[in-house]
Amino acid sequence: MIVRVQEAAFDLGAEANAFAAGHCDMGAMVTFTGIVRDLARGDLDRMVIEHYPGMTERALEKIAAEAQARWSLGDVLVIHRYGDMAPGEQIMMVATLAPHRKDAFEAAEFLMDYLKARAPFWKKEFTPDGAEWVASTAADEDALTRW
Amino acid sequence: MDVLYFAWVRERIGLPKETVQTDAATVMDLVEELRAREDRYAAAFADLSALRVAVDQDLTEFDAPLAGAREVAFFPPMTGG
Repeated sequence: MIVRVQEAAFDLGAEANAFAAGHCDMGAMVTFTGIVRDLARGDLDRMVIEHYPGMTERALEKIAAEAQARWSLGDVLVIHRYGDMAPGEQIMMVATLAPHRKDAFEAAEFLMDYLKARAPFWKKEFTPDGAEWVASTAADEDALTRW
Repeated sequence: MDVLYFAWVRERIGLPKETVQTDAATVMDLVEELRAREDRYAAAFADLSALRVAVDQDLTEFDAPLAGAREVAFFPPMTGG
């Protein structure tokens, strides 16, 4: 399991290749990447992500361990950024390696659902009109019930 | 014990962290003590359904006991990913 919480940008391709390297017994890798999305009116200047150092790593490790317990996985990678980001920048990624694709896909979805609802990150959006904390949705919490 | 605040809770209270001397038995008891302090605390803790709490970096409920706890954190529902 690899869990990294960092301010710096990451290279999705390089991370995915390094993660998969040497796992010749794994036939499937699924990656998901979260991207800073501009607002509907197209005026998002930037996003700032705050987190809870210590608890963040703990929560992500717990979620990754749960995924490894539930599915047949070779390994799990989670990278999540904090700090200042512009629209279009990559916020985070998860990758799962498994012998077969079903486990890799399902585990990646599980990781994302739990990460969104249980890992202590908070997004704040800045526009010319001011700044606003992003509100969580009931759908984020509901998504956990399927697991 | 250390009490931490994140996101709009931090902004509303006006600080990220403070050390609190308390005999509160549960998180709820601590919330009541904080609410009684000043308006900014009362405002931040007005609607507990909009808040989450972690004790020693594990998510928990407001009726959780505080015996032996070193760190309590209050924050809104998470929005990572």
